[in-house]
Amino acid sequence: MKMKKLVKAKKPLRFYTRLHLSELTGFKAFNLNELLYFLKKVSGSSIYHHTHRFLQQHQYLSPEPPNDFAYWVAEMLGENELGEQLASIDTVQFSSIRSLREKIIETIEKHLKKNPLAKRKFAKESEAFYFMRSVSFILPTSYLVNDLEEFVDVLRKVTIDSIYFHIFEARLRLGRSDNDFSNWIKNSIGDEQLADKISKLDPYTQTLEDLRTTLIKIIEGKIR
Amino acid sequence: MAKVKEYIPIVGQSVIDDLRLIAEKLKGKVIQHVNSTAVGGGVAEILNCMIPLLQELGVDARWDVIKGGDQFFRVTKKFHNSLHGKEEEIHSKDFNIFLEASQKNIEKMNIYGDVVFIHDPQPIALIKKKNENKWIWRCHIDMSKPNERVWKFLRGFISKYDAAVFSAPSFSHKLPVRQFLISPSIDPLSDKNKELSKNVIKDVLTKYGITQNKPMITQISRFDVLKDPLGVIDAYWEVKKHIDCQLVLAGGGATDDPEGMKVYTEVKEKVKGHKDIHVLFYPFTDLEINALQRAATVIVQKSVKEGFGLTVTEALWKGKPVVASHVGGIPLQIKHKYSGLLCYSTEGATFAIKQLLSSPDYAKKLGENGRGHIKNNFLITRHIRDYMLLFLSFYYKQNVVYL
Repeated sequence: MKMKKLVKAKKPLRFYTRLHLSELTGFKAFNLNELLYFLKKVSGSSIYHHTHRFLQQHQYLSPEPPNDFAYWVAEMLGENELGEQLASIDTVQFSSIRSLREKIIETIEKHLKKNPLAKRKFAKESEAFYFMRSVSFILPTSYLVNDLEEFVDVLRKVTIDSIYFHIFEARLRLGRSDNDFSNWIKNSIGDEQLADKISKLDPYTQTLEDLRTTLIKIIEGKIR
Repeated sequence: MAKVKEYIPIVGQSVIDDLRLIAEKLKGKVIQHVNSTAVGGGVAEILNCMIPLLQELGVDARWDVIKGGDQFFRVTKKFHNSLHGKEEEIHSKDFNIFLEASQKNIEKMNIYGDVVFIHDPQPIALIKKKNENKWIWRCHIDMSKPNERVWKFLRGFISKYDAAVFSAPSFSHKLPVRQFLISPSIDPLSDKNKELSKNVIKDVLTKYGITQNKPMITQISRFDVLKDPLGVIDAYWEVKKHIDCQLVLAGGGATDDPEGMKVYTEVKEKVKGHKDIHVLFYPFTDLEINALQRAATVIVQKSVKEGFGLTVTEALWKGKPVVASHVGGIPLQIKHKYSGLLCYSTEGATFAIKQLLSSPDYAKKLGENGRGHIKNNFLITRHIRDYMLLFLSFYYKQNVVYL
C-alpha cells in the first residue's frame, strides 16, 4: 500500500501513562438523601473516581452503567428510572468535574421531587455506597513520536492506561480544552480535520481496547 | 520462583515497563514488611511471591517476622475470629498477653525501613517504634462487623499509622488516617494457577477416584461453618434431582482445630453412602488444587462470610463459571450474570448451578468474562504496582502526582 507523504510534527508528542490508587474516604451512603449529601461534600477527585473507574477496570463489555452512582441506585435501591437517567448523563459534554457533579446532583434532586417515596429505600449494610477517590500518578513512557506513522505504531504498543490518560484525564481532570491526541494533531501536525474527528468520538461508550482500535483505524485511514 | 519477564506473555510488555518505571522512583528507599509467620497462610504466600519480584524490579524490599509463643498466637487467633464477627470471649488477660508479647518484639525487632509495612493485627503494636519513617497497616481481614472491644483496642494503634489498607470498601472504618483500597491477588505462574496439561489433570482425578464422565461441581475451601459446606451439599442434592452430576468438596482445616474437625465430621456423616460426592481432606499439593479446579464444570463458593475470596479469583482465572455468595470481596470479582452468578441462599445457589450446567455456552461466556476481569485487576502484577504507588504516595501530597 502506498503511503502518503507524512508531515513532521512541529513538536514531538511524548506518551505518558496514568496509574491510580483508590483511596477510601470513610463516607458511606445507605439511601438517596445520604448519597446527595455526600455528593455535595466529597472532593472532585471522588466524583472523578466514580464516573471513570469503570473505564480502566472493565475492559470487556460489562452490564455496568458507566458510573458507580447509576449502578448503585438501580441495583441496590431498585430505582431503575433514576439509574437510567444517571447512566445517560453524557459525560463527554462536560468540561469540568464541577459541572459534572452539578448535573448528577440535579438529576437525583429532580427524581426525588417527582418520587418522594424513593427517599425511604435503604441499601443493606453490605451494599452501602462507599465514596472513594482517585490518586493519579502520571509517568512519562519512553515513547516519543514525530509523525502520524510513528503515532499509530505507538498506539498499538502502549497500555490502555496511557490511552486513558491522554483521552480522559488530560481533558476532564487536568482541565485541558481537548484530548491530548487531538491537540497534538491540530497544533503540531496541522491536521484540523483529523483532530476534529478524534475530538468528536464518544470515548465513554466503548472499552479502551475498542477505543484504541478506533483511533488506529481513523489515523491509518489518513496516512495509508 | 518466577522472574519478572515470565509475566510478559500474560500481562503484556507495557505493563511490565510501567512496573519498572515506578520501581525506578523508589530507588534508595527500603521497604520493610513485617508479619507473624514465614510459611502458611495467605499473607506469607503473597509475600513469598512478591518480595523476590520487587527485588528484581530494583526495590529494596525485605521481610521480617515477629516472635510469639502459643499464648500470644491463641489470643491473636481469638482477635482474628472476633474481628471477623465471630462470637469469642475476650478477657482483659488476653489484652495483657498481647501487650506483653508485643513489648518483647518492640524491644528485639530491628526497624530499618523507610516504609514499614505491617500485616494484620499480630505485629500492630510495633508502631511504638515509629520515628521519621512511614508506617502502613495492612488489614487482610473482613472487618465489616468487628467485635467492638477488640476493634477499639486495635484502633488505638492504627490511629498512629500513616495509612491503612483494606481489601474491600466494606472492611474500612472511620479512622483518622488515610485509607486505601488494594485488593489482593493471585500469581498466575504459581503451581496453584499455572496452566496444566490434560494428563496432569487426569492423573489427579484418578488419584481421588473422580470420574471425567459426569459434570463436576467443586468447592475448594477449608471445612468451616463460614464456608457452608453443608449448604453446598443441600444445593447439590437439589441439582442432582434433575442433572446427573458429582460433587467435590476439597479443603482442610488444622487437625488441632476442633471446630474444623467437627464440620468435617458432619460433612462426612451427611454424605455417607453417596458415591458421587467426594470429600477430600488435606494434605494436597497446590498443583492438585489447580487440577481439581480445572476439572470442574462449575465452581462454587457458598461462604457465609469471606475475606476477599481468593479461591473465587483462582476459579475465575481458570475461566470457570462460578456460583458464589454475595459476601466480602466476592462482588468485587463477580458482576452478577456477567462474570459469574451471585447468590444469597441455598435455593439461589441451586438454581444458579442448574442454570450453568444446562447452558454450557452461557457458562463458557461467564468464565471468559471472569478470566478477563481477573487478568485486568487481580493478578500479582497489579498488586505490586498498587503497593509501589502506595509507597510513593507518602512522598507527594497532591491528588495528581507527576513522577
